[in-house]
Amino acid sequence: MAASTRDVVFVDGVRTPFGKAGPKGMYAGTRADDLVVRVIRELIRRHPELPPERIDEVALAATTQIGDQGLTLGRVAGLLAGLPKSVPGYSIDRMCAGAMTAVTSVAGGIAMGALDVAIAGGVEHMGRHPMGEGVDPNPRIISEKIVDPSALVMGQTAENIHDRYPHLTKERCDLFALGSQQKYAKALADGKIGQDLVPMATRSAEKGWGLASADEPPRPETTIEGLRGLKTPFRPQGRVTAGNAAGLNDGATGCIMAAEDTARELGLPVAMRMVGYSFAGVEPEVMGIGPVPATEKALKRAGLTIDDIGLFELNEAFAVQVLALLDHYGIDDDDPRVNPWGGAIAIGHPLASSGVRLMTQLAHHFAERPEVRYGITSMCIGIGQGGTVIWENPHYTGSDAK
Amino acid sequence: MTTPEFADEVVTKALVQYVEVPGLDGEIALITLDNGHDHTRPSTFGPGGLASLDAALDAVEARTPAVRAIAVTGKPFIFAVGADLSGVPVLQNRDQALELGRTGHRVFRRLSDASVPTFAFVNGAVMGGGLEVALHARYRTLSAGAAAIAFPECFLGLVPGWGGTQLLPNLIGADKAITVILENALNQNKMLKAKQAYELGIADALFEPADFLERSLEWAAGVLRGDIAVNRPEIDRGQAWDDAIDRGRAFLDAKLHGAAPAPYRALELIALARDADLTTGTAAEDEALADLVMSDELRAGLYSFDLVQKRAKRPVGVPDKSLARPVTKVGVVGAGLMAGQLALLFAQRLEVPVVLTDLDQGRLDKGIAYAHAEIDKLAGRRRLSPDRANRLKALITGSPTKDAFADADFVIEAVFEDLKVKQQVLAEVEAVVSETCVLATNTSSLSITDMASRLAHPERVVGFHFFNPVAVLPLLEIVRADRTDDATLATAFAVGKKLKKSCVLVKDRPAFVVNRILTRFMGAVTSAVDEGTDFEVADRSVEPLGLPMSPFVLLQLVGPAVAHHVSETLHEAFPDRFSVSENLARLVAARKTAIFTWDSGTQQVDPEVAALFQQGDTPLTGEQVRDRALEAIAQEVRLMLDEGVVAEAQDIDLCMLLGAGWPFHLGGITPYLDRTGVSERVTGRRFLPAGVASLPA
Repeated sequence: MAASTRDVVFVDGVRTPFGKAGPKGMYAGTRADDLVVRVIRELIRRHPELPPERIDEVALAATTQIGDQGLTLGRVAGLLAGLPKSVPGYSIDRMCAGAMTAVTSVAGGIAMGALDVAIAGGVEHMGRHPMGEGVDPNPRIISEKIVDPSALVMGQTAENIHDRYPHLTKERCDLFALGSQQKYAKALADGKIGQDLVPMATRSAEKGWGLASADEPPRPETTIEGLRGLKTPFRPQGRVTAGNAAGLNDGATGCIMAAEDTARELGLPVAMRMVGYSFAGVEPEVMGIGPVPATEKALKRAGLTIDDIGLFELNEAFAVQVLALLDHYGIDDDDPRVNPWGGAIAIGHPLASSGVRLMTQLAHHFAERPEVRYGITSMCIGIGQGGTVIWENPHYTGSDAK
Repeated sequence: MTTPEFADEVVTKALVQYVEVPGLDGEIALITLDNGHDHTRPSTFGPGGLASLDAALDAVEARTPAVRAIAVTGKPFIFAVGADLSGVPVLQNRDQALELGRTGHRVFRRLSDASVPTFAFVNGAVMGGGLEVALHARYRTLSAGAAAIAFPECFLGLVPGWGGTQLLPNLIGADKAITVILENALNQNKMLKAKQAYELGIADALFEPADFLERSLEWAAGVLRGDIAVNRPEIDRGQAWDDAIDRGRAFLDAKLHGAAPAPYRALELIALARDADLTTGTAAEDEALADLVMSDELRAGLYSFDLVQKRAKRPVGVPDKSLARPVTKVGVVGAGLMAGQLALLFAQRLEVPVVLTDLDQGRLDKGIAYAHAEIDKLAGRRRLSPDRANRLKALITGSPTKDAFADADFVIEAVFEDLKVKQQVLAEVEAVVSETCVLATNTSSLSITDMASRLAHPERVVGFHFFNPVAVLPLLEIVRADRTDDATLATAFAVGKKLKKSCVLVKDRPAFVVNRILTRFMGAVTSAVDEGTDFEVADRSVEPLGLPMSPFVLLQLVGPAVAHHVSETLHEAFPDRFSVSENLARLVAARKTAIFTWDSGTQQVDPEVAALFQQGDTPLTGEQVRDRALEAIAQEVRLMLDEGVVAEAQDIDLCMLLGAGWPFHLGGITPYLDRTGVSERVTGRRFLPAGVASLPA
């Protein structure tokens, strides 16, 4: 029997507020698994029309899969969230694109009829699990020059992009970063951000319980002068600063993915329809340009061009790598189609969780912008990869609407 | 007057954070009660903890703009479990006790009198003063995962006197309050489960533990916005309240016969709560607390609690546990009722193969069938999963020969109480097992040294004296015979601990501890009847002690035949103090199992028993019988301590608390003998220094 292909839809996504990693961060005393369990429970509560036993998979990403991010998190978090024991789950790692890969993996399963409904998401508690915790790089990486040693330090890979594209100046990056902060601040004031957030109890032995109900990383007070004056920790006289890069963060995201026919059967809303996706590899020492070949590939496979894309949710690991993609396509640095509510430079980037944040925000943009038919979510990935997912707006009202 | 500081108080800090809840303007002050330790050391309130909560509320009230609400919650798994009772010995006089009560009331009252709504988010275990904090809040949410919900005060010898007796009946009604405050407390300190507490009306909302705090805050915001209405049933303050008080009094009288003051004070306070305003009610609580804190019954109760909580878990005089040998297979000799119970217990707790042997295939089949039927019963009540039931059944097997013991590490015999029979059984076992296999005997009165004397390795023999029913009673007397070695003893204690028993090390003296004391005690009562005292008078003579059952009801439970056998053994050992009642012998010969009958609906002496008894003509009054009984116990306990049966009087008390169920307010028994002057009258001295289980001198 031939496998059937079904349309795959994004139903809804939520996230915890993102926190600053480290001992002073709001999640310093809160477990990573508790963050993602909270997200799963919120998804279930928001969708009583979805019988939990109809969930066919829980795919959760974490980059550092040890401790409270280990133990086959996708399975254990499902149990901790109170999902029926019959609901399976697994863990995913594609560094920064973990949650994105969780979504594309379950989408593949849905498309071929192996799944009807899945939960996909990710968590990264970089305070409890700093990037690189417990890694043991193979010595051949150095001896055979398989990967440039700078590829393992993400800030250095961003400096390397500046080397390759000298016209992507520090000033352009700082201006982009300022824009990210300003767009976020406006979206927050307009009540856009809160709708994605699930308030999270924060544990602190010293301060007692608290409640995280807003993102911790944003700096609305940011000025261009302030950004210009920041240190460049990766190189003397470098270009990458704490201001034009995403920080080290804690947070979790999750979404419900479904076959479109199942969504209709159960009455689940359809926020986005997946058109296609691609991942692509690049030289690890310039991992930030990964979104370029990934987007090329995804567009080609979908039979679309960049001109068909009306909205972009691009992960801002570093301003320079976002600019590299925009520059490639001749899109202005401040194009209003790009990251309308700001991006990771303001909001934060808890590695494996970020992909679903991009999607959740794109879904909101779609609902507000029925004139837009297609959008993309794209992100760079450590060790030299990029990932891009193309989405169609189900609210699209253009003359060529389905 | 101020309350003295508790030197060793682990202070529960009240930590404040101001949180914003989506959908609610303004802040909620969220107070976390946390003593800085994990859940194994629950948060309690002493003077320092009360001061911290007081200061936190000061800070919250000073906040501008004013907070929308105040909410109190606890550290993970624990809300708060009550007053810091470790500080009670510090309280030297009634004024100090009174002040501690008033301080608690004043601080907790701030939650009910606050200018903004107050909430308790009860996230975990909540007892006593912790529950009173929650009851002072205007609204309560409760985690479905909260492990223990109770007012244990009456169990210890106090009343829930930081508002509990006033607030609880006015929240859930007097009848339910009596269940929680009196019945549960006096029923082995029974705890409520979260769902039960919610259904009783103690909390307004019940949320799952996974996101309890978030849901509670969201709920609180809904209440504050007016979106969520909190409906509580109307409390019946009419006849129902009086009926509840009558029911409570009947319960107490049946259970205690007035023996312990605290539960009666609690009942009075609940009666008062019907009409009294909170100020009047709490003032009465203050007085009750002060009286009770300065009572010997409470001090004995705290002493008992400490024995059961600490000494029972760290037995005194035990060889280092590193000497213990692993036990991977257990043998049980005999297949009677006791053997079946033992097999079940060993299989359940050690999870190793347990093999029963009996020469009689019929008895063997019955023994196995008994254990399997018990497993099925547990599975039927969903106490065991089908898989676990299968596992346990597979672990319990039978063999007509002792060869099956060849690879056992621990063999216990539960055959007929006859020295020669037991000697032979042990010799047969020794012929099969390894040199290090522990041989345990469940004898209740025979000499273990004699039992081991003919073995090649007498050092491996140890007494393992359980109490019936084995699954229920927590005490295990572990008997060191003259030649028992440390490895054997360490193994026995390790096994006892795995069986979840409270183990006490006793010397190989006749009948060990509990049976020796109970037999002496019963002997005094029985001999009074033999001499001509009325059955009822003798039986009721010890009601003022508040024992779990009267002497003749105990006789029925133990069985006259067993009681008679033990008394014969003890008579043989100590003929001057332990007599053998001819009447009891006649009872046994006639196969009577009880003195009383309840066939008519009320308790009556069984006419056949009355006919069997040949009584003298020198009846005693109840008081005289009681004096004799207590004097007999005091003399016996002193002799036991002098013989070194146990290390200290504390062990005697622990045995009586756990093996005989004697009440906390007696402190087991020696605190009661001390405070009533019986010890000094009979033995010339106290068992415990004043202040250990009584008020300081």
